[in-house]
Amino acid sequence: MRDVAILGLGQTPVGEHWDLSLRDLGAQAIVSALKDAGIEAPQLLVVGNMLSGSLSHQENLGALLADYAGLRGIEALKVEAACASGAMAVRMAYLAVAGGMVDIAVACGVEKMTDGSSEETTTALAAAADDLFESDQGISFVALNAMLMRRYMHEFGYRREDFAEFAVNAHRNAARNPNAMFRRPITPQAFAEAKMIATPISLLDSAGIGDGAAALVLGPMDLARRLGGAVIRIAASASATDSVALHDRRDPLEVRAIYLSAQRAYAQAGVGPQDIDLFELHDAFTIMSALSLEGAGFAPRGGGVRLALEGEIGLEGRIPISTMGGLKARGHPVGATGVYQIVEAALQLRGQAGENQIPNCRLAMTQNIGGSGANVVTHILERLA
Amino acid sequence: MTIPSYWRTRRQRLSLEGEICPHCRRHVFPPRDICPYCGGPAKAAASLSGRGTVYSFSLVHNAPAGFEPYAPYLVAIVKLDEGPLVTAQLTDVSPDEVSIGMPVEMVTRKLREEGEEGLIVYGYKFRPLLQAEAL
Ligand SMILES: [Zn+2]
Repeated sequence: MRDVAILGLGQTPVGEHWDLSLRDLGAQAIVSALKDAGIEAPQLLVVGNMLSGSLSHQENLGALLADYAGLRGIEALKVEAACASGAMAVRMAYLAVAGGMVDIAVACGVEKMTDGSSEETTTALAAAADDLFESDQGISFVALNAMLMRRYMHEFGYRREDFAEFAVNAHRNAARNPNAMFRRPITPQAFAEAKMIATPISLLDSAGIGDGAAALVLGPMDLARRLGGAVIRIAASASATDSVALHDRRDPLEVRAIYLSAQRAYAQAGVGPQDIDLFELHDAFTIMSALSLEGAGFAPRGGGVRLALEGEIGLEGRIPISTMGGLKARGHPVGATGVYQIVEAALQLRGQAGENQIPNCRLAMTQNIGGSGANVVTHILERLA
Repeated sequence: MTIPSYWRTRRQRLSLEGEICPHCRRHVFPPRDICPYCGGPAKAAASLSGRGTVYSFSLVHNAPAGFEPYAPYLVAIVKLDEGPLVTAQLTDVSPDEVSIGMPVEMVTRKLREEGEEGLIVYGYKFRPLLQAEAL
């Protein structure tokens, strides 16, 4: 094993890109990450994507994006881990470089979500759940999270309005991120009055889905030092699984894979939650922010919402989350999201986060969750002096 | 839903057939070959009573394709008396009558129709436990 660094990064704005196809988005992100790194010839491209087969009738994304990014001939493939496909692609690229089999690898997360109808997208997303025993009952992916949220409120005595700060914080930060989909603040009152999707989850509990692609170039540490600039080391890359169906867990509010992947990441990096300067978590729904903060050790069980209520998740709080808008307001191009999270964490560590910059940050954690906690990928990035 | 898939899951859909693990004696639903609790092989079929309580629930407004005509509808995770949790729709009850902990029982109902040529998909739903039976 050798140390791996982030050599370059790229992203497209998240939004409804009627003028851009899946391949255009992916190629743009890859080309811009390679340009950022000052590298022309990677040996491996790993594409993270969940929905290209169901929404764009396109698989074989490894070869397609390699070709359209001008990399025809290199080794390339797609990996899928539902909404965690993006971070899983980064992890696979990381493993290849860390193991010494590949020197330069590109990970690209890409998703094209706005071509189909809302029912088609809802159905395609439901494939992240258990097809036979969840989706087939008419249970949408939102409904699964809604049942987690209601149970959480019941067990810990919260009201729906108590979750508002997760959405308010995300929108506040997205308003100052040029790549975000929803660049406007929202009020707690708007949160309280938002239209229900599956009770108690409303439109403003939920991440907005959009089109987008983000990419990272990974390489060995000695090359990063030769290239100059801020050196960002991948201090940990870890993942863990749980049952796909929520009902197969003994306690659905304890998302075991969140805990396991975070613990594995802390062990690899030799740090704990108290050392982390910012946390790009998987706020697909406000309830997932709470469960992620708890599972990753930033709050006790039932205390994730309390952390938000106490103002500790803002840019100046104890543990800033969704610092560029999160899934909620930067937008959630599902299979690309995990790469966006790492791109944003790296921008923070480089000191390039603009108005949302967290001063003097050194350690950033990202966590990408596939399904309702079935596959969780955690990374810790470290800025070296 | 394809006809072979419907046929393969008929015992679960129509009679909540799961398994009882011969090693740790826990009930397992839906059935699988390896017990999720103890890791031992579990292949002894056992039907569940279909009675339980609501663990959590949601009123779905934005339905997946095929379920749009039924929206809004109630879904729940039900904790069966034998232990397993099961995910299903609630029926014969209005949204303001449902609460966590409410006793429910399984009934067989139509889940959806897949158009003129397609399947009519039946399966389990849960309704409030009838008072007489609750005694
Ligand atoms: Zn067992």
